[in-house]
This record gives sequence, C-alpha cells and structure tokens, in this order.
Amino acid sequence: MFYRETGQFKTSYTADEAIFPIAQDRWFIFGVIAIAVFVVPFLIDDYGANAVLLPFLAYALAAIGLNILTGYCGQVSLGTGGFMAVGAYSTYKLVTAYPDLNLIVIVILSGLITAAVGVLFGLPSLRIKGFYLAVATLAAQFFLVWMFNKFDWFCNNCATGQITMPTVDMFGLQITGPGADPATRYLFCLGIVAVFALLAKNIVRGRIGREWMAIRDMDIAAEIIGIRPLQAKLSAFAVSSFYVGMAGSLYFGVWLSSAEPGEAFDINQSFLVLFMVIIGGLGSIMGSFLGAAFIVLMPLVLKNFMVDGLNIAVVTAKHVEITLMGVLIIFFLIVEPHGLARLWQIAKEKLRLWPFPH
Amino acid sequence: MDWLFFTEIVISGLMAGVMYSLVALGFVLIFKASGIFNFAQGVLALFAALALYDFLAPEGWFNQLFGFTLPVPLAILATAGVMVIVAWLIERLVLRHLVNQEGIILFMATIGLAYVLEGVGDILFGSDVKPLDIGIPQGAHDYLLDTYGLYIEKLEIFAAATAAVMVAVLAVFFQYTRIGRALRAVADDHQAALSVGISLRTIWVIVWAVAGFVALVAGIMWGSKSGVQFSLSLIALKALPVLILGGFTSVPGAIIGGLIIGVGEKLAEIYIGPFVGGAIENWFAYMLALAFLLFRPQGLFGEKIIERV
Repeated sequence: MFYRETGQFKTSYTADEAIFPIAQDRWFIFGVIAIAVFVVPFLIDDYGANAVLLPFLAYALAAIGLNILTGYCGQVSLGTGGFMAVGAYSTYKLVTAYPDLNLIVIVILSGLITAAVGVLFGLPSLRIKGFYLAVATLAAQFFLVWMFNKFDWFCNNCATGQITMPTVDMFGLQITGPGADPATRYLFCLGIVAVFALLAKNIVRGRIGREWMAIRDMDIAAEIIGIRPLQAKLSAFAVSSFYVGMAGSLYFGVWLSSAEPGEAFDINQSFLVLFMVIIGGLGSIMGSFLGAAFIVLMPLVLKNFMVDGLNIAVVTAKHVEITLMGVLIIFFLIVEPHGLARLWQIAKEKLRLWPFPH
Repeated sequence: MDWLFFTEIVISGLMAGVMYSLVALGFVLIFKASGIFNFAQGVLALFAALALYDFLAPEGWFNQLFGFTLPVPLAILATAGVMVIVAWLIERLVLRHLVNQEGIILFMATIGLAYVLEGVGDILFGSDVKPLDIGIPQGAHDYLLDTYGLYIEKLEIFAAATAAVMVAVLAVFFQYTRIGRALRAVADDHQAALSVGISLRTIWVIVWAVAGFVALVAGIMWGSKSGVQFSLSLIALKALPVLILGGFTSVPGAIIGGLIIGVGEKLAEIYIGPFVGGAIENWFAYMLALAFLLFRPQGLFGEKIIERV
C-alpha cells in the first residue's frame, strides 16, 4: 500500500532512465544518506568508527570493485588482497613524497596506479577462463605481497616493511594519523564511497556495463555480436582494480593507519571480500554494501555474544567463531545462493502487496 | 656448474613435488566426480592428521575415554573411518543442498567448509604443534650419501613410494571395479549416470571418502615432516598451481604437475632467488603455472575446452 508505483507516470526519457524510478526508493536512499551524514557523525565514537563504520565503508568499496569484475564481468579473482596492498602502498608513497597534495587526489591516484597493475594481471584472462583464471590471479596476490615485503623502497627504506600513515589535514581538519576525530574520518570515507558507488551504479547500467554482462553470460556469443573481449575484460579489470585500490587506500590510510603486507593484505582478505560479494549478491551494487555489512558485523556480534554473554574464554571463542562463520556461510549459500540482494528484492516485491494480499 | 649439487636439488625438488601431488590428487578426484573445486582439501589433510594423532597420543580424547591408545595400523584404520564419517556429513549437510549451483557457489561453500573443519579441529584437538611419529624412517639415506654423496631424506623416498603405490591402487580402482566404473560415469556426465541408475549421492560420499583417504596419506607425510599444525592446511595453496599446470581433471597431470612445480621451485630458489632477494617460493609456482597456461589454457592433461555458442 505504501510501497507502490501506482500513479507515478514517467513523462520523459530522463525519468525513465533514472536510477531509482520509484519515488519511495528515491526517498529511502535520500533518507539513508541524510541519516549517514547528519545523524551518525554526532553519535559516533572511536569504537564505533574503528570497529564498525570505517571497515564497513572500506570493505564496501572493495566489494563493489570485486563485484564489477566477478559479478558483472564473470572473471573470478582471488587477488583482491594484493590489489588493496597496491592501493595502500601507493597512498603511502604519495603522501610521504607530496605531503601537500589533497588527500582525495591521493586516494584517486592510488586507485589509478592499482588500475594499471590490475590491467597487467588481467592480461592472462584473455586466454585463461574459469577456475584456471581464479587460481592464476593468486599469482598476483602472492607476488604483490612478496614484492612489498622484499623491496624496502616501498616503505621508504624501513627495516620491517611496516608502513605508518602520517598526519594529513584537509581544509584545516585532521583526517588521518593519530588523534584524528572519528567523525571526520568517517565523513571523508563516506563521501568517497557514496560518490564512487553512484558512479559504479551508472557504469554498470551503461554501455560498458552491458558489454561486461554479455561477456559474463557467454563470451563467444558476445564476441559474435561485436563486443571486443580484449577491451571489455581489460576495462573490467581496470575499473575493478581502481575501486579495490581506493578501498586499500582508505583501509590503510584512514582506518588502520599502519599496516604490514604479510598480515593486512594476505589471502584471507581476498577471501573475505569474495565472501562479501557472494553473500551480498553477485552483480549488485546494493548487494556489495549488504555483504560488507554482514561480514563486518557478524564476527563482532558472535564475539560479543560469546565472550560477554556466555563467558567463554577468548581463545576458545576464536575457534568457535571460525566454525560458526563457516557454518553461517554454508547456510547462507544453501538458503539463498543469490545473496542478500535477492532477499532485498523479494522483500520489496512482498511490500508491494502488503498489507492487502489481493 | 656443480653437477652433484644440481642433481641433489633436482631430486629433492622431485620429492617435494610428490608431496604437493599428494594434495593435488585429492582435488582432482573431487573435481572429476562432482565438478567441485574443493578448497578444503588442505584442511581435510590437517583434520586427518589431527585425528590420527589423537588416536595415538596418550593425551588424546581416545585415551581419556577408553583408557588405551591404538597401535599405528589400527589408528590409521580408525582415522580412515573418521574420514568416511566426515565425507558422509559433508554430503548430507552441504553438498546435497547445493546440487546444480554454479561452480563459484560450490567453491565458496568449500571455503566455508574449510573454516568449519579448521575450527572444529582446533576446538577438539587444540591448536599447538604436535609431532606425528608413526615409525616412518627419518634422516638422510645412508647408502646414497656414502656412495654418491647425495643427501636425500628417507621420509621423502618413502613418500614417493607411497604416492606411486597410491596412484597405482587408484588407477586399478577406477579402471577395474564396479564403483570405479560408476565414478568414471559420473565424472563423464551426471545426468546420463543418473539415468542408468547410479546414485549420485552415494558416489559423492565415496569420492569424498577417497579424497579423505588421500588427505590422510598427505597429512601423515606432511605431519611426519613438519609436525601437525595449522600451517599444514596451507599446503592446499601449494597444490593449486600444481593443479592448473596438470589440468583439473587429470590424475597423471596432478603427479607430473607436482614434479614440475617441485623441481622448478627448488631450481628457481637456488639460481634465480639470490638476484631478487630470495623467498620467491611463495609465488614462483604460480608464475610458472601462469606462464604455462598462456600456451595451454586447460593445463597439461586437462580436457580440451570446446566452446560452442
């Protein structure tokens, strides 16, 4: 009754092509953004920012990146952790080399550098397909992490390979480094994520996005109707790596502030982001957010429940947490292989009839 | 070039390759029969080794419950029984509900499975390093060391021999038994196999159980070599390049791929490693496999991919 498009007429092509053609959807999104911008910053504290919101935003951006590659273009990648490392180290090198550069410019430049690296590792995808490609992308993961560990040029000749984000100000507000206000950090990430999520939504609706989907559904058929696999696949790798690189930049620069390649960017990161994409829903930008929220919140909830609620020892709780995480993932795959995005859709379908079933 | 040194490297590379092959073999079995890319194979090996250790060790559950520990052959049999139960549970609780899903969903499910097995293994058996000693000879082979000056581990020779026997047994099992024929039929075409009355569910339990036995052997070898610990599950990552090199669907491919990767890795570490700062073992195998795939996208012995619109 409340969620129904009755009476909403589209009188122009622009209205027909809108991202959210239904007014209720539009108001919902505006509402979410308004709450995120005007309410959350006043409630936020250090724990909320560091444990929930910043990881959620960084991972959501990474999940959008991987979703572009895996969900829209159908190329499974297990190298996300490595590409995030490229973004993080680019940020570090740029920040230390040009301390006066605007942080937004640095984040975007890090994304561009990662995109170049991504294209390089995307080249094999032209010949290798399916799981062979997935395993081949592990080469990127292991090679990149090894490279950042081995050559100390990347961390400005440090001994340990660890990088630490220096303090960076923007418009007189401190954004990174120790002592930054959680609300400022959160708003900075939120701005970048919101703008680029909108951009991603538009890319996948346009010509390039449709090329990717054609390649995903059947690459030979796509080739026959005139889509160049070289351009389509490499552009998917480039755009995907661009997003993942920016995510790595936020992940290291704003959230963690210091990182070691072996730990912060290991293969588990790649799997984590892939889980977000699968649980959220392949081929859905909304799903990337839902998946990231799920994977970030689930361990927190489990841990709080077990350690504080049931008084289980921390070590045992860790093991139980891993087990439950596995169980939940399998459960989700069985119950809804198309992810949370599909549940969201079903809920909306149901809502159209509610509360009158006829 | 020092030829003796070179030979030693090549042989130890071959031996290391056999160890990789042992894990890769389990992957191939499952992929052939069900099209599932089983990431949990490494954790399966860890789980098997943990269970075996539990039957043998005085501080294990088994001893606490029944007051005695099993002799080695019985313990191995008991662990094999455990692996059958694990295989049955996996089919009953996971795979049965995921029939006809896309490959990537099944792949993610096996990663979830890896988490579950790892967590359960840790909860049941603890996460400390456990020395596994079931009487496999250790140390250098004296005859080769004295006569030719070659340093080769007895354990590795033993592992190579075991792998050879295992491959032979598997080949006979697949070729000449009733179940083996059914397995090959399922690998060929699920629906056709179903239509002639082969039960897919039974076959999957059998395949996972066989993969569990292979994991047990791999777990014994790796556990004897470096102790039973969490890092054992990471050998799965070492077996992946072996797989893509040999082809996902080929048993000989798993063996030969393992040998190539083993030798290539050792040679690269010695002859290329020093120029780029060493520790290249982690990624070299992947690069080698990647370069190789550019020429043969389906691996050495993989089934030729025929694409139609």
